[in-house]
Amino acid sequence: MALLEVNHLDVRFALRQGEVRALRDVNFTLERGERLGIVGESGAGKSVAAFSLLNLIAKPGFIAGGEIRFDGQALTKMSERGLRKIRGNRISMIFQDPMMTLNPVLSIGEQMIECLKAHRRISRREARSIALDRLKQVQIPSPEKRLDQYPHELSGGMRQRIIIAIALLLDPDIIVADEPTTALDVTIQAEIMALLLSLCETHNVALILITHDLGVVSQVTQRMLVMYAGRVIEQGPTREIINDPQHPYTQGLLNALPQMATPGEKLNQIRGSMPSLNALPSGCAFHPRCDFTHRSDGTARPACVEQVPEFVISGQCRVACHMVAEMLEDRRMKEEAQ
Amino acid sequence: MSVDAIDTPRTPQAARIPATAIEDSDAALLQVRGLKKRFSLSGDFLDQLRFKGGKLVRHQEYVHAINGVDLDIQRGEALCVVGESGCGKSTVARTVMGLISPSAGEIHYGGERIDGLTSRQLLPYRKRMQMIFQNPYASLNPRMTIQQTLEEPLRLHHRDWSRQQIADKVEEVMRSVGINPDWGKRFGHEFSGGQRQRIAIARALAVDPEFIVADEPISALDVSIQAQVLNLLMDAQRERGLTYLFITHDLAVVEHFGTRVAVMYLGTVCEVATTETLFAKPRHPYTQALLSAIPRLKDDRPQHIRLSGEVPTPVNLPSGCVFHGRCPHANERCTRDIPQLQRQGDGTLVACHAVEEGRL
Repeated sequence: MALLEVNHLDVRFALRQGEVRALRDVNFTLERGERLGIVGESGAGKSVAAFSLLNLIAKPGFIAGGEIRFDGQALTKMSERGLRKIRGNRISMIFQDPMMTLNPVLSIGEQMIECLKAHRRISRREARSIALDRLKQVQIPSPEKRLDQYPHELSGGMRQRIIIAIALLLDPDIIVADEPTTALDVTIQAEIMALLLSLCETHNVALILITHDLGVVSQVTQRMLVMYAGRVIEQGPTREIINDPQHPYTQGLLNALPQMATPGEKLNQIRGSMPSLNALPSGCAFHPRCDFTHRSDGTARPACVEQVPEFVISGQCRVACHMVAEMLEDRRMKEEAQ
Repeated sequence: MSVDAIDTPRTPQAARIPATAIEDSDAALLQVRGLKKRFSLSGDFLDQLRFKGGKLVRHQEYVHAINGVDLDIQRGEALCVVGESGCGKSTVARTVMGLISPSAGEIHYGGERIDGLTSRQLLPYRKRMQMIFQNPYASLNPRMTIQQTLEEPLRLHHRDWSRQQIADKVEEVMRSVGINPDWGKRFGHEFSGGQRQRIAIARALAVDPEFIVADEPISALDVSIQAQVLNLLMDAQRERGLTYLFITHDLAVVEHFGTRVAVMYLGTVCEVATTETLFAKPRHPYTQALLSAIPRLKDDRPQHIRLSGEVPTPVNLPSGCVFHGRCPHANERCTRDIPQLQRQGDGTLVACHAVEEGRL
């Protein structure tokens, strides 16, 4: 049994102008020690997916359907009290902006001890020594001194190390990291990612990494989900998706990267922009921007406009695209004919 | 490389490259020499007064945002300035544009010195040099329609134009950036981030400038939109023969867009090279670390060079080379002498003692 199973997750926001569906039919599993990436542009629903795992979605958002199972328990049916025992303890989160996560009026040590004492019956002294040990693990220079410092005294990179130390405090099974390095500079980002990766490997912690940076995902994760307008449109092994993306949107995203183009040449852009969730196009949400809505003979594929695509299996990946489905069907027919 | 350059004393004059070290300066559209900018942290005069040992003393503290930057921008090129946050790249852009005045140094545009001009004297240059800002949500006036936003620079710079001429020009630039001219009555907030940045580009292009300073123009945008805006900027350069000063922290964009690159660290330029040379053969240890830190899709790169420590604050600059605290190749001389930009065999300028002494 997988450590974490998300089945048909459906999240909505009840707004004045009506219900907005932020996540539709999201399915994935996470094994112990596995690293999963969730990729998408802003508004794709990747952060909502992360927040809903621990039911951290703020009102007016709510989980409207589906199931999240963690270690055999259904988190979606659990009481707030039960969830609190899991949050920060067995599943911990790392957020984008370290300054927003740390309490500015408590010292680093205080925040770490508070977290430990909330979940374990231990003395202050024991808690302090565990905190110190975690700070050492994240390779912070002079860790003893940091315990008594306040967040504003530390640099951005250092704060993010503290956040990682806090995330590791209670030996969690899963760390959910939401754009953990976006606010940081390139050289610091590389250090923090390397640190996070090595800690997850040595402690056998599973990682859910949410990012818009395909480069980071390809270096850190083993499997990935690509999201578009609240739906997963492609999922599978990271290497396979990066090397041979099936969905036109994934292809477009990868091809739009400057490192994929010849310097000085035009970049392959995706036209238009992500639709707003309360005015989704009919059929496949990507069809107005897709180059493959029209078949090679110039006629539009009616399914793209009318029907939401189902997942098809292509290699080790699952892809929600009518064009891919049609291609696979063609190939199967040809093979059968032979 | 001359021998006497190695033993230059640490005086402000010597912190500048001799004019000969830079290529034929007549051809350069923009020349920056020994540019420095410091910002006071100490507030007004009364805030600066302190009691020390029973005496009233004036205490001043500065952020040294840029410390002696020399740059030449040739006509028609796209010079990218890269560096991490706080390295002074935006300050360079703003000083060049005359939005803030330098503390020291000279800026020459088309052979004329433009720093220290009054805003009235700067007006003809403002028509020739335009700027695109990072955040299209903040750079468009929320109370003006797109039409008004685009008309404003035209009214200011073409006082003799008729209403019709202005309207025609606005329509033309809107078309050229891919914004429907019928949308002119709308306000900025009605557009998406990518469209807003197109409008900001249209505003810069409206007065037909020859030189554009773009300060992180795509970093606030999503990946698929970044490509659109980058393509637009490249098209505009091809069609109008523009010269760019492009400020960014994204090296992948530099590799694609720039003809030459200047790498900055803590207010100083540490390497200037053509894009191909820089990416094929980075010389300065900081450039090497920066390049190795780019997350690549395919893992064919050597392991990234890990830098120890963090960027020092620009309030108390380190002695000698500003990079020595994090540099794996630093020696005793690096902590003492400030390295100067030195021309290498292939034209690359590098400011590093290790490169100079052949240790690297």
